[in-house]
Amino acid sequence: MLKNRIIPCLDVKNGRVVKGINFVDLKDAGDPVEQAKIYSDGGADEICFLDITASNENRETIYDVVEKTSKKCFVPLTVGGGVRSVEDINRLLNCGADKVSINTAAVENPKVVIDSSKKFGSQCIVVAIDAKKNGDKWEVFTHGGRNNSGIDALEYAKKIEENGAGELLVTSMDRDGTQVGYDINLMSKISSKVNIPVIASGGVGNLDHLVDGIKLGKASAVLAASIFHYGKYSVKEAKDYLDSKGIPVRI
Amino acid sequence: MNVTIVDYKSGNISSVINSFKEVAIDKVNIEVTSDLSKIKQSDKVVLPGQGSFKNCIDALNKIKGLTDTLNEFAIINKKPLLGICVGLQMFADIGYEETETKGLGWIPGKVSKIDNQNGKFKLPHIGWNQINIVKDSKIFQNIENNSHMYFVHSFEFIPEDKNVISATTDYSSNIVCSVEKENIFGTQFHPEKSDTIGLKIINNFISL
Repeated sequence: MLKNRIIPCLDVKNGRVVKGINFVDLKDAGDPVEQAKIYSDGGADEICFLDITASNENRETIYDVVEKTSKKCFVPLTVGGGVRSVEDINRLLNCGADKVSINTAAVENPKVVIDSSKKFGSQCIVVAIDAKKNGDKWEVFTHGGRNNSGIDALEYAKKIEENGAGELLVTSMDRDGTQVGYDINLMSKISSKVNIPVIASGGVGNLDHLVDGIKLGKASAVLAASIFHYGKYSVKEAKDYLDSKGIPVRI
Repeated sequence: MNVTIVDYKSGNISSVINSFKEVAIDKVNIEVTSDLSKIKQSDKVVLPGQGSFKNCIDALNKIKGLTDTLNEFAIINKKPLLGICVGLQMFADIGYEETETKGLGWIPGKVSKIDNQNGKFKLPHIGWNQINIVKDSKIFQNIENNSHMYFVHSFEFIPEDKNVISATTDYSSNIVCSVEKENIFGTQFHPEKSDTIGLKIINNFISL
């Protein structure tokens, strides 16, 4: 039976982890490689890096991070943030990323998704959808949540599937950072609309939220950042909890 | 000993290279090449594959003499070869991804889309699934039945002779996820991404 995945996400800026696990025995709390290794040793089903480097000249740092991590972690590695072109995707894959997550570029230039999924295969193309509720629908935002594209998130999800995305990483902008739980409505609506797996993101504050994301939100995988930071919960605790609630996980 | 990972310019093989190098430390020399003479001289060959069946076959055929060299290596000289993901699928006679494409024809059978039962099962089949070991395979030494492996695929290999199947996994139906036919091995899952248990499979292959 296919297991639901737990994916810890690390924000990386200028090659350093911004929010991460803050264990006392960590040699270097800002080292993404060491943090990723802790997650993979702890049973993470995948690791996600979100590059939030703002300046162009420092964007090179992510490639070095990915290269080093992929030599130490033998679970899938997804990298997103600032991915603009097929060439960017190519470079990340060559550095050892297994999947690349595309956000703004997928909205602005659908050809990036069409061409890259043809070239590298759908299996490594994840499209990240940042959605915000507006009345009775959700709209897709770009540029790290700053711009409203006005596009309907559900229709966009279907379109992006047709364009060749292998997975969708859906983040509720209303919930992101609030720790009150995923936007279950959004997740289940998108998941029912498409035939590709949905990764739920945005709003996790406790382990029940992970359960809800899978049971009610119909997500195939749950992504979380802050609950794993500072050792609030370990990946193993999260998995044991899901297991106790009857959700199939890899233990 | 030399193990060659065939680099035929199709898809992303960094993870395969990293995992084999991790396991091979000080024991084995890992080459990554499409150089025909190097492939001929190597003791073992790894045939990775990502993207579509058609893309992979086209990419193999683009390198002059490569399929003949692989044929000679695996079929005539019967040296150990491991196909991963589409690398395994290409063992088949024929594949139906994008369009009907002729495979290497090493193990009679076809590669078809997984039956998603009208959307009941999401495709690609992405994530960790358990393998059901159905016969002793040399690459499964010290691998427990029901171990979790990482999968990502939408198509499945359906061999004619069921005796070649060494493991299956349950997703919509019993999908063939590992084969062994004499010196030819293949996994539909990605041992290079399947944590320590996957590295053990790679080690088993290297140690053959």
